[in-house]
Amino acid sequence: MKDYEVTIGLEVHAELKTNTKCFCSCKNEFGGEPNTHCCPVCVGMPGALPVINKKAVELTIKAGLCMGCDINDIAVFERKNYFYPDLSKAYQISQLVRPICLHGGVKLDSGKFIRLNRIHLEEDAGKLVHKSETIGTLIDYNRGGVPLIEMVSEPDMSSPEEALEFLGKLRENLIYADIAECKMQEGGMRCDVNVSIREKGQKEYGTKVEMKNINSFKAVERAIKFEVERQKDILENGGTVRQETRRWDDVLGESSSMRSKEDSKDYRYFPDPDILAIEIPRENVEKIRKELPLLPAERKEKYMGEFGLSLYDTNLLLSEKVYSNFFDECVKLYNKPKSVVNWIQSQVLSLIKDEEEKEIKISASNLTKIIEMLEKKEISQQDSRTLFAKCWEEDIDAKEFAKSSGMLSTLSENELEKIMGEVISENPKACEDFKTTPDKVMPFFIGQVMKKTKGKANSEVVRKYFTEKLK
Amino acid sequence: MDLTKLGVLETAKLIHEKKVSCEEVVKAYLKNIEARKSLNAVIEVFEDALSEAKKVDEKIKNNEPLKELEGVPMIIKDNILIKGKKAGCASKFMQNFVAPYDATVIKKLRDAGVIFLGRANMDEFAMGSSTEKSCYGICHNALDESRVPGGSSGGSASAVAANLACATLGSDTGGSIRQPASYNGVYGIKPTYGRVSRFGLIAFASSLDQIGPLTKNLEDSAKLLEIISGKDSNDMTSSKEKVEDFSKFDMKKTYKFGICDEVEEKIKNIVTKPVYDSIMKRLEEKGCEFVHFSIKDFNLCLPIYYVLSTAEATSNLGRFDGVKYTVRSANAKDVNEIYLKSRSEGFGEEVKRRILLGSYVLSSGYFDAYYNKAKKLQQRLTKQLTEVFNSCDAVLLPTTPNVAFKIGSKGDNPVDMYLEDIFTTIANITGVPAISIPCGKGENDLPLGLQVLTNKFEEKKLYSVASYIDALLKGENA
Repeated sequence: MKDYEVTIGLEVHAELKTNTKCFCSCKNEFGGEPNTHCCPVCVGMPGALPVINKKAVELTIKAGLCMGCDINDIAVFERKNYFYPDLSKAYQISQLVRPICLHGGVKLDSGKFIRLNRIHLEEDAGKLVHKSETIGTLIDYNRGGVPLIEMVSEPDMSSPEEALEFLGKLRENLIYADIAECKMQEGGMRCDVNVSIREKGQKEYGTKVEMKNINSFKAVERAIKFEVERQKDILENGGTVRQETRRWDDVLGESSSMRSKEDSKDYRYFPDPDILAIEIPRENVEKIRKELPLLPAERKEKYMGEFGLSLYDTNLLLSEKVYSNFFDECVKLYNKPKSVVNWIQSQVLSLIKDEEEKEIKISASNLTKIIEMLEKKEISQQDSRTLFAKCWEEDIDAKEFAKSSGMLSTLSENELEKIMGEVISENPKACEDFKTTPDKVMPFFIGQVMKKTKGKANSEVVRKYFTEKLK
Repeated sequence: MDLTKLGVLETAKLIHEKKVSCEEVVKAYLKNIEARKSLNAVIEVFEDALSEAKKVDEKIKNNEPLKELEGVPMIIKDNILIKGKKAGCASKFMQNFVAPYDATVIKKLRDAGVIFLGRANMDEFAMGSSTEKSCYGICHNALDESRVPGGSSGGSASAVAANLACATLGSDTGGSIRQPASYNGVYGIKPTYGRVSRFGLIAFASSLDQIGPLTKNLEDSAKLLEIISGKDSNDMTSSKEKVEDFSKFDMKKTYKFGICDEVEEKIKNIVTKPVYDSIMKRLEEKGCEFVHFSIKDFNLCLPIYYVLSTAEATSNLGRFDGVKYTVRSANAKDVNEIYLKSRSEGFGEEVKRRILLGSYVLSSGYFDAYYNKAKKLQQRLTKQLTEVFNSCDAVLLPTTPNVAFKIGSKGDNPVDMYLEDIFTTIANITGVPAISIPCGKGENDLPLGLQVLTNKFEEKKLYSVASYIDALLKGENA
């Protein structure tokens, strides 16, 4: 077999996190009884007209800023005309010639930059529900009109791993910037893959094949691998790859032809006359830019660079936006990142890592108060754990509770001295033994002091005292 | 007194002053509708018309505060949605459709107290200039039933002329209010594009459509336009321009009129030219000035119109598919057959013709030559016309080349019918407001119309000029 180079491009759709749909004020919410989040506009009733959802435009701009895109100062919406029962108006309002965002891209860990061609805003279609032979197919328009961003990459990826990494980073950015939830299993993010291969050294790209119906990250990997092999087989046997669209079947692990270039549709795009061109003033773009949160790549730099956290801890924090945001909140209140991450890792994550909905039930305020009290030796290790559990379950203030339950008692120097003096006077034999075997007896003295102070004494201070006093 | 001869404002006054009851008024109109059934102008008389009239009378009896046009009855074109009522667009494809919401204009009229008597006949999906292409059958001219009433708002115009209502609403995409108004001797205005909300108007050509009133006089027209105008949050193309009392204009002693050379060329040999010549002469005698100008692209109006309107129509009519709220073919075995058969069976010939034309001009390979080019020419034409208004108050031209034609006489070649729009499409393409007022008689004593055009959003000036000419023609002194 010859050596082949693989070229991959991705077209990713993500449902935006808006309250209402792209062109009407129906709820944008997954699920719900069929056809209950509908109105004359999204159902394509005669006489109904679209009204642009400003938040959807803002989120598209935000997505563009996250991926380093240029934001057009005028954006135009076009009608993509075709017939399919899930498309109520027989056209989709989308963008073609003047999308909201152009260019930009994502840097992979290897340093390789995957370019984006564009990010544009469009509306989703409804859903077809195939029932029995007798009933036929039913249409649910709840999803019709939901705002989507379409992110098209340039064919810069050369392996399924790169494709997955690109997809993952795209998804992360969208989640972190609160643009989309990207729940692939709910259709919140969808991906079409374009694959071509060429002999190593060949200048021109091979024939591109488009693959659809890819519904999970794993499926992306499997589909690309299958397609590369399929194309290699064809070329090895002296054939030519047909330019076509293929449907991926993840269960069977194979793709089948949907339509070829000759059957491709003419969408007869033209600017939608119901929506005049949208102006995007620079001040609006800058305002959105200012309000962008730090994205995963930037947070990674900060955590490892400024905070000196390990790669392991960093990746753990970045594995969920909730963890990272919580960590940031805590560090703002108590600037000891290493202590905070330890607590999050050992206490917080152990409670929620297996949960679907990662809900952190302790406030940043409480957690940082506990850590501070512990580090200041105001409470014991044991008490800190109890306190943590209490704050997780109930709506209390950590400091208040520590005080009222007696956990918190600051031991003054005098008190400590008094207690240490007591231990000396109560244990004459131990004092004698200390002179000969200090290492053996010291733990005993520390233990006694801890017992009397309920663990609140600073063991170093105690060690020093006994060492000096009993020399 | 024949109540049905009265206009909107007069009727409102009589009812509010308790000189006549709303029930009496409505009964009189219902009687006329029945008497003039042969016109086929009204395709449905609403069952609740009389009960709505009685409600108004109750209000009056109880001395409740009355809305401005409380009790005034109107008939509405079949492509404007009235909640709970059928809206068929004169198409057999739409026979199952009941409007689930009120068009914005209907809501505004309701808020002004208007009551709705029924639906007016029209050309199917507003595509036509004769109201011969309706699933409800041909509509007839109110003054000569052997002739067409014009189209596509033929029913709306005929109904006003035959006194079947105080006034009606129509829609105008290429002349569909003005041409029928001219043929029936009534007043019809196409407002500036964006003046009136299109929400609830079954769309034909989104960038050209406007709703407007057809009336017995100019004061009614101005009042109804004021009521239905205004920015609508449901329609992104509706304008924020302030809505004024369009009838509160200061009439000038003389006006400066613009006359288009290309129009002059077109009418130089037509049989109705003497009528227009005499009007110009009378205006001149009053001291009015005439400025002649050339609109280089005037002869491109029709091609521009037919490319742009059919392109938008083919897309707008995609939703009528046999899947939902339209009549589904009984012979369809799968989705594709549902589409193909339902649409083939449901749409009339002219509609199909325009859908095909529209798809063609938008298709890959032809988009630039047709649609894109038409768009560019539209911009150029708009510039040419709006510049003219810098040197005159209003532009005058005939509404139609001749009087209403005989039913069936333009059947053979669709292009013959398209030529009806020759003087009217310019206002739609450029977006300027245009009104047609009755201006004299042609052969067989049939009415002719004169169009007045002003720059965008100058409806007040438009009514001022129209009133000036109207008064002159009626023999009163301005």
